[in-house]
Amino acid sequence: MSETAQADPVPAAAPEAAPLLEVRDIGKYFGSVIALQGVSTQVAPGQVCCVLGDNGAGKSTLIKILSGVHQQDTGEYLIDGEPIRLANPRAALDRGIATVYQDLAMVPLMPIWRNFFLGSEPTKGRGPLRRLDVAKARDITRRELAGMGIDIRDPDQPVGTLSGGERQSVAIARAVHFGARVLILDEPTSALGVKQAGVVLRYIAQARDRGLAVVFITHNPHHAYPVGDRFVLLKRGRSLGDFAKSEVGLPELTRLMAGGAELEELSHELEREPQA
Amino acid sequence: MATATAAPVDERIKNLGVTRQLLARPEIGALLGAVVVFAFFAVQSSVFRSGAGVANWLDPASTLGIMAIPVALLMIGGEFDLSAGVMVGTVGLTIGLLTGQYGMNTWGALVIALALALALGFFNGYLVVRTKLPSFIITLGTFLMLQGLNLGVTKAVTDTVQADAIDTAPAYRPAYDIFASTVSVGGVEFRVTILWWIALTALATWVLLRTRFGNWIFSVGGNVQAARSVGVPAARTKVVLFMTTAAGAWLVGTMSALRLTSIQANTGIGEELIYIVAAVIGGCLLTGGFGSAVGASLGALIFGMVQQGIVYLGWDSDWFKFFLGAMLLLAVFTNQFVRRLAEESRR
Repeated sequence: MSETAQADPVPAAAPEAAPLLEVRDIGKYFGSVIALQGVSTQVAPGQVCCVLGDNGAGKSTLIKILSGVHQQDTGEYLIDGEPIRLANPRAALDRGIATVYQDLAMVPLMPIWRNFFLGSEPTKGRGPLRRLDVAKARDITRRELAGMGIDIRDPDQPVGTLSGGERQSVAIARAVHFGARVLILDEPTSALGVKQAGVVLRYIAQARDRGLAVVFITHNPHHAYPVGDRFVLLKRGRSLGDFAKSEVGLPELTRLMAGGAELEELSHELEREPQA
Repeated sequence: MATATAAPVDERIKNLGVTRQLLARPEIGALLGAVVVFAFFAVQSSVFRSGAGVANWLDPASTLGIMAIPVALLMIGGEFDLSAGVMVGTVGLTIGLLTGQYGMNTWGALVIALALALALGFFNGYLVVRTKLPSFIITLGTFLMLQGLNLGVTKAVTDTVQADAIDTAPAYRPAYDIFASTVSVGGVEFRVTILWWIALTALATWVLLRTRFGNWIFSVGGNVQAARSVGVPAARTKVVLFMTTAAGAWLVGTMSALRLTSIQANTGIGEELIYIVAAVIGGCLLTGGFGSAVGASLGALIFGMVQQGIVYLGWDSDWFKFFLGAMLLLAVFTNQFVRRLAEESRR
């Protein structure tokens, strides 16, 4: 427990690498409600797969299946090409699938380094003298965050004093440090301002360049397009398509996201009557 | 919590200043309070500042402190224990009845009382984590139940409201030496409980700041959801904290039973709030996740000084409670202020 393998900084993997995580025709029912149906996509190491959709589109259901909170009712979920069923979030973590939720798993009053290692604290000494290796924890926190390009002032700063973007970044750095191979990010940019969102997108790119497979959930195509390699569009629990970046442009993505015709209708509705 | 050590120099943390860094510590308010209270009484009373006087006010501070420390840890872990005070009475009465009435060996009685206390602590903790009800209400229940049991059982066994003749039991003397005797330092007799208190303060501080368990205590009080999601055994941590509080009650109950050799059936009632007040004066937030063991001990020290100081000044001891209330309010305001400063200073 005291020492966890660091993720090797793999140079950006070839885009055509075998998929690390793949879902085929996956579906989930809650009683008579079809929450998700027929969704397929894949993500390889060093790639970012963006899951786009409006509220209620099934994004949350999909990531909950990926992270082991829910189990799929139909379809297949494959890790390294092997079909699996994840019993719980712990099982997902054991396979290197780490999820960073919107409401971050952070304790605001605790220092950054204590949060970083919470639950997996490095120790030294034996028996009753087993104690935290504080110097090491501080040092690793500083180094890991610096490695992600996050410049913290002081690892003893309480997490509560960090900005939203910085907190997301610490959570991402933590997942990377504890050996995540797949990083699932649940709307990491949704509550952030433009500048902070940019910061988080940079860390997503950093994680990708370290060779992680990233699943990035968002409802903002402008955030998804610059970092994404694949785009899955969900609407009302169904997939509108699974596109490689070469197959789709930002305007098209935005149009699909907004529901095309619906948006045109809306803009028509909202337009002012020309002034007489 | 701990100040930065050997951190590479960063131009943005230079201007923090020593004062502000000190203010970020939970126990600083209690330290200032203790200094002020000491100065106040020491200036007016020569007995207060004499060796015997110091030994005299350290005595009540020590037993209060021994309880305030685990209560503070429990509060940092986000819970309360209202049964902590009456549990001291339960332990004392158990020892009193087993030794005085049934002539049991003192060590045997201590072991049985410890087992009972730990079981009560487990009961509290288990109910809190299983039902997810506020610990305030669960332990209020155990508080009332124990209060009734203490009185009922004592009356049934002794036909009085006290258990006595504790010193007639076998092995009373060695147990007394460990838990209740006095130690002579420079011609002044200090209670051995003071040593226990100092040792436990150091131990609790070490556990809190330098062990994994300490990290877990802060996390279950600060954000239990987050703690659980990164694999902290939150339920176990809380149950252990309740059992630690019960162990503290056992220690203090043992100390007073052996020292007084008789124990009243209403012992400890009302004390539970004093422990919480000491912890709050020591900088513990009522919402959990923040506080210190040293702070709780300083809170207990302030109590001891005020309690004896009022006597030395020849005041009516009724003023004690008034003073406590005022201290508590002052402490809460200071905590709020210090916490805000602490967070601002780090921005």
